[in-house]
Amino acid sequence: MQPDTTSESPGSDVTSTVFKDTELTLGLPGEARFSGGKTCSKRGFIETSMDLNLGDSSSSSHTRGKILAGQDFSSESLVSGAGKPSAAKRQEVVGWPPVRSLRKRALEGCKYVKVAVDGAPYLRKVDLEIYNSYQELLRALEQLFMTCFAIHGNYVGEGERKVMDPMKEMEYVPTYEDKDGDWMLVGDVPWKMFIESCKRIRLMKSSEAVGTLAPRTHPRSCTYNEVAADQQLKAR
Amino acid sequence: MNYFPDEVLEHVFDFLTSHRDRNAVSLVCSLWYRVERFSRQRVFIGNCYAISPEKLITRFPGLKSLTLKGKPHFADFNLVPPDWGGYVQPWIEALAKSRIGLEELRLKRMVVSDESLELLSRSFANFKTLVLVSCEGFTTDGLAAIAANCRFLRELDLQENEIDDHSGHWLSCFPDSCTSLTSLNFACLKGEINLASLERLVARSPNLRSLRLNRAVPLETLQKILMRAPLLVDLGTGSYVHDPDSETYNKLKTTILKCKSIRNLSGFLEVAPRCLPAIFPICLNLTSLNLSYAAGIHGSELIKLIRHCAKLQRLWILDCIGDKGLEVVASTCNELQELRVFPSDPFGVGHDAVTEIGLVAISIGCPKLHSLLYFCQQMTNAALITVARNCPNFIRFRLCTLDPTRPDPETMEPLDDGFGAIVQSCKFLRRLSLSGLLTDQVFRYIGMYAEQLEMLSVAFAGNSDKGMLYVLNGCKKLRKLEIRDCPFGNMALLSDVGKYETMRSLWMSSCEVTLWGCKTLAKVMPRLNVEIINEHDQMEICPEDGQRVEKMYLYRTLVGPRKDAPEFVWNL
Repeated sequence: MQPDTTSESPGSDVTSTVFKDTELTLGLPGEARFSGGKTCSKRGFIETSMDLNLGDSSSSSHTRGKILAGQDFSSESLVSGAGKPSAAKRQEVVGWPPVRSLRKRALEGCKYVKVAVDGAPYLRKVDLEIYNSYQELLRALEQLFMTCFAIHGNYVGEGERKVMDPMKEMEYVPTYEDKDGDWMLVGDVPWKMFIESCKRIRLMKSSEAVGTLAPRTHPRSCTYNEVAADQQLKAR
Repeated sequence: MNYFPDEVLEHVFDFLTSHRDRNAVSLVCSLWYRVERFSRQRVFIGNCYAISPEKLITRFPGLKSLTLKGKPHFADFNLVPPDWGGYVQPWIEALAKSRIGLEELRLKRMVVSDESLELLSRSFANFKTLVLVSCEGFTTDGLAAIAANCRFLRELDLQENEIDDHSGHWLSCFPDSCTSLTSLNFACLKGEINLASLERLVARSPNLRSLRLNRAVPLETLQKILMRAPLLVDLGTGSYVHDPDSETYNKLKTTILKCKSIRNLSGFLEVAPRCLPAIFPICLNLTSLNLSYAAGIHGSELIKLIRHCAKLQRLWILDCIGDKGLEVVASTCNELQELRVFPSDPFGVGHDAVTEIGLVAISIGCPKLHSLLYFCQQMTNAALITVARNCPNFIRFRLCTLDPTRPDPETMEPLDDGFGAIVQSCKFLRRLSLSGLLTDQVFRYIGMYAEQLEMLSVAFAGNSDKGMLYVLNGCKKLRKLEIRDCPFGNMALLSDVGKYETMRSLWMSSCEVTLWGCKTLAKVMPRLNVEIINEHDQMEICPEDGQRVEKMYLYRTLVGPRKDAPEFVWNL
């Protein structure tokens, strides 16, 4: 990825009157740049250009250019010629952005997803990576939202996992949106697979789910689609 | 000066703490050289291949503290293949054979084996300090050897190393008689830790002032440890997750109130944001806060935390703080000297990232800022010019646009003028990293104004050899130059060959330099090692001189080509 050279090349015309235009002052671009013609540069540009043998008029640089050109790259390779960079290409650049692998991996290891509970005033976010099983996750979700709802305080003491057990009558059904955008019931696939594909979680009121969600012993294919279609309708 | 006895000279030299001062002193005359070399205890070697361990030992027989750096900086970003080199083993072997009483070893980007650590632990009776930064090649077995055998160990500091974690027992290898620990940092370890051993170790280390835990240490253990170490100055939490209504959390809140000395806080590798209020009481006194691994704290919780930290001098944060969050930093942390903003989502769409707005706000609110590392979505010339005016004291200025060649989005111009303003205004600038769309012009500004510049990192910039020439000719104090993906070729490389002997090293990858250019340079400059890294069989057995070189790394050295180079590294 080389910078686009057609945009501008101020350094190319060495002996022109470009000097004053490029003189640095601390003002915004577009403001008048010559405040009393002060020179704040350290050495004159003309001296610099002679040092660097940049001027076309300097014969020694011309000669040197000749000596090298023959054994060297072709002149076109001097100037970047590769295509325009684009945001889409960003991912292909090795080592960019320059972040240590350890740091990158540490951040990749976070899988934060939004959790919505029907009736709650706000959403929460949880890091799926810190849990090792569905049980841990659902227990954590219970605790997260317990404080929102006084009504849920009751069944902590009972020790029943109402959120978890789909067979009994329950308050909420845990569902999640997967990578394909479909709403799935939490708990069907192995935990690791779940983490990979889960984008967000919704604890659905079971009053909504009853009638649309079949018990788990039934084959998933037809009932799941009904549920998904239903939920997507409701989500709108 | 020969009317001063040596002891007096030595006493005077004792007041010189910086390596450069001592190096300068040794060049005055042979008498000073002699006195200096016998009295020198601390040596810094920026490139382990510039000198041999034998020469080091001969010159400084009183050596107690050694710092070594191995791989080139770009190795951090996967540009250097594994097995490139940078082994510490020969150094430890040579030191072990000698009569050097090594007490401190600090290594950066080196390959350290368990064998090396074992040898180190057995060879130096007074060994006190081991600091490993960005190293690799060892496992927790090596750490076990250090723990077991270094009877007077004070510091074991592991920063961002790749360690093979065999889990568990290394902490238990500290004998009961080990009570000298002042600093223990194992945050980069991924595996489990014997929590009981950790608690006992802390309990018998009354001088412990710095402790950084890894992910495996839960909040309950943190609370117990803080009970035993209320004098901690530097704390890195492990897993900071708990139920804020629990008794454990309440105990933690009370315990933290006793820890009045904490000035540095880091960690939060896992975090439950509702547990953060426990640390608010110590935030008021914090001078350093590192949340760059705390992806779990964002939005309003992060901002609430920052508002408590009025005395911060150093802040490392993720870009999910956003421009608005940086505005809060600017209004709260007026003593800020160093800021690092890391990308939380390096390849993402960047909706969370920071822009020039945040940086300008910081420059207004934090006039003492002198060190910056800023990964951002975009940057403008106008912003850089404003920042340059507001903060003329920059020593380190590293800017990284997530898209490496992004122009100023307002004007679509390159960022030449913006960086130009930085180098012109910041007369003490020593380190600079560029990014964004850049032409030869930015290098012209750097060559003209960056008089104190020692290290320059360049990527995807420039139009022609002129760019590199401006820098080589203008920056008299340049020591390290690293360039990738720029159209600089042989003409630039060969224009001033003597320059490279005044520098530590030059890295060029994906540029226009050819094999002929590198060979020519190597021939003319025998005291440089010119190495080509040839990974993908791009160059066959008899490569042509005209072929472009993918990666070149050259450095000055007193000991000729290294003997441990792998097959894919050619020394020309």
